[in-house]
Amino acid sequence: MSATNTKMQKLLTWVDERFPLTSSWKAHLSEYYAPKNFNFWYFFGSLALLVLVIQIVTGIFLVMHFKPDASVNASGVPVAFASVEYIMRDVPWGWLIRYMHSTGASAFFIVVYLHMFRGMIYGSYRKPRELIWIFGMIIFLCLMAEAFFGYLLPWGQMSYWGAQVIVNLFSAIPFIGPDLSLWLRGDYVVGDATLNRFFAFHVIAVPLVLVGLVVAHIIALHEVGSNNPDGVEIKKKKGADGIPLDGIPFHPYYTVKDIVGVVVFLMVFSIVIFFMPEAGGYFIEANNFFPADPLQTPPHIAPVWYFTPFYSILRAVTYPLFGIDAKFWGVVAMGASAIIFVFLPWLDRSPAKSIRYRGPIYKSFLAAFLVSFFTLGYLGVLPPTPARTLVSQLCAMVYFAFFLLMPVYSSIDKCKPEPDRVTEK
Amino acid sequence: MKKIFTALLLAPILAFAGGAELHLDRAPDRSNDKAALQNGAKIFVNYCLNCHSASYMRYGRLKDIGLTDQQIKDNLLFTADKVGEPMRIAMRRADARAWFGAAPPDLTVIARARSSEFGSGADWLYTYLRTFYRDEERPTGWNNVVFENVGMPHVLWELQGDQVMGEDHKLKLVRPGQLTPQKYDDMVADLVGFLQYMGEPAANTRKSLGWIVLIFLGVLLVFAYALKRNYWKDIH
Repeated sequence: MSATNTKMQKLLTWVDERFPLTSSWKAHLSEYYAPKNFNFWYFFGSLALLVLVIQIVTGIFLVMHFKPDASVNASGVPVAFASVEYIMRDVPWGWLIRYMHSTGASAFFIVVYLHMFRGMIYGSYRKPRELIWIFGMIIFLCLMAEAFFGYLLPWGQMSYWGAQVIVNLFSAIPFIGPDLSLWLRGDYVVGDATLNRFFAFHVIAVPLVLVGLVVAHIIALHEVGSNNPDGVEIKKKKGADGIPLDGIPFHPYYTVKDIVGVVVFLMVFSIVIFFMPEAGGYFIEANNFFPADPLQTPPHIAPVWYFTPFYSILRAVTYPLFGIDAKFWGVVAMGASAIIFVFLPWLDRSPAKSIRYRGPIYKSFLAAFLVSFFTLGYLGVLPPTPARTLVSQLCAMVYFAFFLLMPVYSSIDKCKPEPDRVTEK
Repeated sequence: MKKIFTALLLAPILAFAGGAELHLDRAPDRSNDKAALQNGAKIFVNYCLNCHSASYMRYGRLKDIGLTDQQIKDNLLFTADKVGEPMRIAMRRADARAWFGAAPPDLTVIARARSSEFGSGADWLYTYLRTFYRDEERPTGWNNVVFENVGMPHVLWELQGDQVMGEDHKLKLVRPGQLTPQKYDDMVADLVGFLQYMGEPAANTRKSLGWIVLIFLGVLLVFAYALKRNYWKDIH
């Protein structure tokens, strides 16, 4: 026993002299001190990492069998569409891998939205964590790009027309628009060239950037340390040993806690995969079981649920401005609605970070923001009517007001004093 | 402020207003009835698999519903030589387009594609196949309630008989077919059951495996939680 121990010790020393293995383990796990009062909301960071790994691993296996080919086979079906059904039927366990990947896409957005919401309510974006937040927001934008590119690949009707609608948005940009959308598609319509380039972006380009950003996100986090539900800095109160009084080593405390979160997540994930993989048409749309047909436009083209709040904002803009089409301003508003989160660290002037110590004005604005976000999301699934457009215009205004008025309302709000140390629950 | 909140609360109600209704009959569940699925396969191969392909489905997969290779070969293998081949058809798509106005779609995943807020894809198919009626305005002489001006004639008309659309917008059987209405509905249910099975042959495996996975995760949760409790004893 001791002989093997010393041998392992020797090997470790050999590695450590050449690579910072032990020191990295300490810096990021066994001696990374996290606040001891993390609550439910703090599960979603590690879960996002888990879903990323699930997507990459299942994605690798899908790429082994998927064929990015829009040409039509002997039975009149596009090869790409047929290859997905081949995975669902003829590849051993292919259906499981595919459902994990399709459910994983939606799960990714669920955990990332919850993770972002955590950052918002506890002020995790505030100084000194601005860069963590910015990296995170770029990750979110990459994730949207990744999901958009990936959604074209099964080459169903919704894949095809969804891509058509989104790429056409770029044609609303004055002067360069039409050429730009042609350049993006690589063809006058969404076609084989589009499918192949989207495949390249989906399996190589975007994941590469995504993984790099996730590393930067975590390095930045471990540089400044984690925030917590009280929004107080644990590094301000250190013991004689230099360890924050309210800090506990991430490993083993949070690793064992996160295992519980992982198992609960996997149970929910499994319920979807095994019992409702289409999730009522929200995770896999029924219309996407029809192969792409460039000659038949579906009566109603709805994006997947995670894009719908932003899509609603796009549709809410119905007035032309400065002689430029309303569609262009819709694109601008949609882009702004996704990017505006980046500026939160500088928009927020509240003396308190956490919602626990913030006043009633912030809480009302946050509640109004949440209601408008969900309403926009819901309306984005439905075809527009005049009444729905009016509601989405109202919600879009509340959405932007939450951010743009924040410098005012957050500074006049009546906050409670923050405690010196983290509180128990 | 209050007005905005009221408007936001009303939003979902406003959003719900509008939208056409499509009434679909509920398709009986045949997913665990192998005899019914085999009957459905027989009807599918005899009546559908001449114009429609099911090109992602291999004949050999029919072993899932209790058939042997020999039974498949003897009874169902009209469009292929080997049981490993997919259910393809001989009709060329260009010809089909010229004859029917549109090439008949591949039916492998039709039961999944037809699902909507009005009902499952099986419900749609079950209603569709029972609501053909005589319409002299149409080139085929047939029209359909759920698929208006459909290109397909009523292929099962000999079995169901002739229906006409009454003044009250209800269908009436004016000439009975070889089957009684009850038997016809039963047969359509079998066919739709088969189409649903074919849409996702792994569905039954998926569901039964799901319980095992959940039980495993449930047990793992107990241990994971106990581990967490034990480690965290000295915190708080």
